[in-house]
Amino acid sequence: MNELYAWAAIGIIILASTTGDVLLSYSMKRVGDVEKLGKRRGMLAVVGRVLRTPTFAPGLVAMGVAFYSLLFGLSWGNLSLVVPASASLTFVANALAARIFLHESVGRRRWIAALLVACGVVLMAV
Amino acid sequence: MTFRKYLVLAGITVFSTAGDSLLARGMKELGNVSLHNFSGLLLAVVHPSVTAGILLLLAFFACYMSALSWADLTYVLPATSLGYVLVALIAHFSFHEVISPERWLGIGLIAAGVGFVAAGPSVTPSHQRRGSRDADRDSVSQEVDS
Repeated sequence: MNELYAWAAIGIIILASTTGDVLLSYSMKRVGDVEKLGKRRGMLAVVGRVLRTPTFAPGLVAMGVAFYSLLFGLSWGNLSLVVPASASLTFVANALAARIFLHESVGRRRWIAALLVACGVVLMAV
Repeated sequence: MTFRKYLVLAGITVFSTAGDSLLARGMKELGNVSLHNFSGLLLAVVHPSVTAGILLLLAFFACYMSALSWADLTYVLPATSLGYVLVALIAHFSFHEVISPERWLGIGLIAAGVGFVAAGPSVTPSHQRRGSRDADRDSVSQEVDS
């Protein structure tokens, strides 16, 4: 039963962290290159602009949900299952979500990179 | 990609790895903290390792947000995954932990993935964001186009 809970937690971690990453990435693209903006208007103005972007706060909340699901997942399942499974599948889910929702051009090069890193993470953690 | 931008990517890798490690060390030194023992959870913040860990994670978040403002998510995530390798190498060279052949293979795969993505373009130009209603409002990809 605990294993089922652990996999449920892994599913929620992947969903929440992918949602968070996509929302934060979307927000920052809307804000624009912070280095150039910072030079023109000062860093405080950039921080204000980031905080005012409507998708930023929901992105942070999603990241928080992912973090707490990881803590719960770790109390139900083994470290050697929960961490590599959620981390490696998040790389793949992010590549899919970035293509669908952010319209990033995820070509062969980026797919290979995401899969190599995902496999590498699994090998490092087992 | 300028040298400064590569520095920001390196910052993401180093700050997140060091922040996580310090946080983990601090929480282990503190022992069990439960929700019932709420004051313990609040006191955890003033433990030196935990404080340092939180500050480093804040630095990580600032670098991460900065990188996402000028590069694609599918570029930033793999490009900064060397943290896993960093932890293993530090454990090997400073604490003399043994790295199994599977872990060496994992290190190789992650390094190859990082090399693969870093050699490619870092941001999708707006004319390639087909069907995206946001591309015309997205200042980053427009700058790449112009």
